[in-house]
Amino acid sequence: MSASTAQVSKTRTRYSATQWVKLDAQGVYYKDLNREIRSLALKGARRFEIRNVFGQRYLGTNLWGIEDRDKIQIRVYGTPGSDMGAFMDGPMIEVFGNAQDATGNTMNCGKVVIHGSAGDVLGYGMRGGEIYVRGNVGYRVGIHMKEYMDKIPTVVIGGNMQDFFGEYMAGGRIIVLNKFFEDNPPVRQSYFIGTGMHGGAIFIRGDVDLNQIGAEVGVEDPTDSEWKAIEKYVHNFCRVFDLEAKKAKLLKRHKFTKLFAKSSRPYGRLYAY
Amino acid sequence: MKDLSKVNNPYNDEKVISQCSIFGMMNTAGDPVSGKDIITAISNMHDRGNGLGGGFAIYGCYPERSDDYCLQIMFDTKVSQEDTEVYLKRFFHINLSEEIPTFPMKAIKNPPDVWRYFVQPKVEEMHEIISEDDAVTRRVFRINTRIDGAYVFSSGKNMGVFKGVGFPEEIAEYFGLEDYLGYIWTAHGRFPTNTQGWWGGAHPFSLLDWTVVHNGEISSYGANRRFLEMYDYVCTMHTDTEVVAYAVDLLARRHGLAIETVMDIFSPPVWEQIDRMDQKERRYFEAIRSTYGPLLLNGPFAIIVAHHGEMVAHTDRIRLRPMVAGIQGDMVYASSEESAIRLVSPELERVWIPVGGHPVIARLKDVPDHDVVEGGRELEKGEKVEVYPTC
Repeated sequence: MSASTAQVSKTRTRYSATQWVKLDAQGVYYKDLNREIRSLALKGARRFEIRNVFGQRYLGTNLWGIEDRDKIQIRVYGTPGSDMGAFMDGPMIEVFGNAQDATGNTMNCGKVVIHGSAGDVLGYGMRGGEIYVRGNVGYRVGIHMKEYMDKIPTVVIGGNMQDFFGEYMAGGRIIVLNKFFEDNPPVRQSYFIGTGMHGGAIFIRGDVDLNQIGAEVGVEDPTDSEWKAIEKYVHNFCRVFDLEAKKAKLLKRHKFTKLFAKSSRPYGRLYAY
Repeated sequence: MKDLSKVNNPYNDEKVISQCSIFGMMNTAGDPVSGKDIITAISNMHDRGNGLGGGFAIYGCYPERSDDYCLQIMFDTKVSQEDTEVYLKRFFHINLSEEIPTFPMKAIKNPPDVWRYFVQPKVEEMHEIISEDDAVTRRVFRINTRIDGAYVFSSGKNMGVFKGVGFPEEIAEYFGLEDYLGYIWTAHGRFPTNTQGWWGGAHPFSLLDWTVVHNGEISSYGANRRFLEMYDYVCTMHTDTEVVAYAVDLLARRHGLAIETVMDIFSPPVWEQIDRMDQKERRYFEAIRSTYGPLLLNGPFAIIVAHHGEMVAHTDRIRLRPMVAGIQGDMVYASSEESAIRLVSPELERVWIPVGGHPVIARLKDVPDHDVVEGGRELEKGEKVEVYPTC
């Protein structure tokens, strides 16, 4: 790869924004791969198809400051490394495979689509953009997610999640289409949902037992405006994963439970005298 | 206290944001596989470590001497080796002793001498000791505590631990591990957090044929160590993982508990969850938490424990360290990152993230039990598993 990197930087070729630039990541160190993507993007390339990805980290991170970066599309074939889309500001990453941990860490803007499952701490400290996961997710997904005015990060999960979901969540919305894989139920329920939650909302398709949720979490039905948002993002979910036929089945309002923070400062008085 | 002048940190890393890497693979049919795959896999997670420790455990690597205990011992000095050999000759019949072949390289700095001794305990020297295993463990602790500069890396039959200061792929090259064969392999890339990087402190940690590789931090080390000291286990390696190896030996070998129970002792559910269980299950957990409370492992950890016939991937009950399991044909994999498994086995029948505190146990197929279990029950084919084809 180092040889081809050198070639690319020597040539003055401009790339068209519609051309799919193909990269082979086999054996390429993550820093070299990300540098290559950035250097190609600076030459006008906007569409990337990366094959043989095995654990390269921070994909999509170093595209800050590039003009039209919200038009950048990266297709990843394989298993991308941890912190994919960390601090990402605009591009879209589509993964044909499973993602590892900390996807969308502190992501600001853009979109991540994962056709398989994802690992732990997806959406860690996320402050904008959208993440769609077709399969299941690991522990502590949505931890420390936040929102500000119209910047509301959104995560949609097709399968189910493991424990500490939405831990310390301060904003944003997560939609779980739980039991979407009806023939593939989870081994066990998840617990400690929303522990330490003080903002944002979690919408779960299905019932939630009170012993599954943290002490700071309230349970009610989604409001009309929230339902509109759910409809919009489930519609997007079905579109990106080509599941239009399942949409009606997924969008039954009475099946959704909303989890919210009972207080924006649950422990505000804990150390006050 | 022993002299730890061999401790070195040639990199002088003040702060590196990283974490350990662990990888394990087992052929459940018992067929030997070479070290090539695991070296490829663990070196793909190079960035998780910082070159201050790497190591491998291999099971089934000495089939021609499978009845002898193989003591693999590191020596800081010639004197420590002479002292050790005098001690060994008194208590063991030494059937073969040799220096473990190495391939010196620039990256491996100041390596100690590492030798292996194929031995049988002398019955006439066992006196009140009731089993050969106990005789071996007693001598191992005596060497570790009393002979300056000598540390036993492993002491099981037909298995060996190879470890040192360096990245795991460098340690593999140094010991030429690609040419070894084994049906279980575990590997570790170290990022030391609380203690020095030194040869004895690299993983795997081992006693008899038990080995442990570990990512995380056993916060309960002090409590665990004090409990184990009452059963004659002396911690000498200056790192927390050591207690796991000795605890497994105590619980599984000496107390005869099933490996599932051992893992439940390490990471039982919280009391709040136990209160909601049915009576039978609740009494089980109440009993193990009352009896073996001091062996509860607190803090974040992901471990791969192995001994002949079994490989166990396990995490703490709230899963603060990553673990991915995968199955393809007879092979069972456990890894810190899925990409490392995919690199050596692009196609996987099943790949999943195990629930925290629920061990994934791979067993030899001829053992009359399930070959892979999770959380005490067998996985159905295709259950809870998202498989995505790679291109």
